[in-house]
Amino acid sequence: MIYRMSAALLSLIGLFVSAYLYLYKMGRIGSLACGSGGCETVQLSQWSRFAGLEVALIGVAGYAGLLLVSLAALQPGLAARRWPTRVLVVLAGLGVGFTIYLTYLELFVINAICRWCVASAVIIVSILIVALLDQRRFSRIEAS
Amino acid sequence: MAATQAGVKRFYVIFAVLALGGLGVLGYLLLKPSTVSIPANVAIQVSDTSGFRGYVKGTPDAPVEITEFADYQCPFCQTFATLQMPTIEERLIETGRVRWRYRDFPLQQHQFARLAAHSAACADEQGKYWDQHQRIYEGQSEWAPARDAGPIFRNYARAAGLDMNRYDVCMKAGKYAGRIQASYNEGVRLGVSSTPTLLVSGRLYRGRFDSDAIIKLVDSLAPRRK
Repeated sequence: MIYRMSAALLSLIGLFVSAYLYLYKMGRIGSLACGSGGCETVQLSQWSRFAGLEVALIGVAGYAGLLLVSLAALQPGLAARRWPTRVLVVLAGLGVGFTIYLTYLELFVINAICRWCVASAVIIVSILIVALLDQRRFSRIEAS
Repeated sequence: MAATQAGVKRFYVIFAVLALGGLGVLGYLLLKPSTVSIPANVAIQVSDTSGFRGYVKGTPDAPVEITEFADYQCPFCQTFATLQMPTIEERLIETGRVRWRYRDFPLQQHQFARLAAHSAACADEQGKYWDQHQRIYEGQSEWAPARDAGPIFRNYARAAGLDMNRYDVCMKAGKYAGRIQASYNEGVRLGVSSTPTLLVSGRLYRGRFDSDAIIKLVDSLAPRRK
């Protein structure tokens, strides 16, 4: 349970980070709290959109999905089921893959680092780690 | 089982605190008042007015000069800028018959008029005045009812390709507040009391205009060469 709880809390934090970046992109909150100034460079670049969608909005959708699955996985009827963990692993895995692509763009194409994007990268990697740990827990239970 | 239930309960407490905290921060950011306001009661310095007499379009040797006193939040100014100006530009300004001078006359009852004028002035600093001017007028229905128009103007500035660090510094400093007030004061001195008002050959024309009326007026002042 602790892994799924951790995934839920991390997803909630990730959701707020993405929502913050998306609201900025929509011009709803003025400037970003970002000491280096790299956040605006990244957020205003052509790479802040992917397949016609704001990257921050993709983040909001992704974290909302992870949050729903991890909260559902905590319900008594699903606590002992393995499939919610598999869904978490797949979703977080996709998120990490997308994050690697975005981090590559920041480092080698845009040449600027957005601290909020780094925070999101840490969060999505952490979710993948706890989901994999939960996966291993199930494997151990099945093996015993 | 009891320990698990206690753990779940603790989780939901932490989750609720985190959710409320996050929503609180986002709510605060969304609802906080504009960080930028452009004062009207600013002391006008000599540097605010020296060498500046409005934003000009057209050739310096045009036979007729029209000065427009306008307010970005005034609906008539908006329809004039978006519907009539394209024809005036094409028929009078681009043909070298008229030099157009735009002067700010932000009315007190329009809460974002001065901020809009300042946003355009900051764009002028980067050579994008008319681009920002047009975006502000075209987006009037979007920002006029907003709680805070500042971020919307900022978005227009970003879309216009401005250096946002320079723009933010300019806006936060209220760098052109004095210039806007000086423009307003000059309008008052000339007898302007509403917007839009046109000043043509020393005479004021108030109210709603269409491009045909202005073309006729220019024809009467400087007949077209046959």
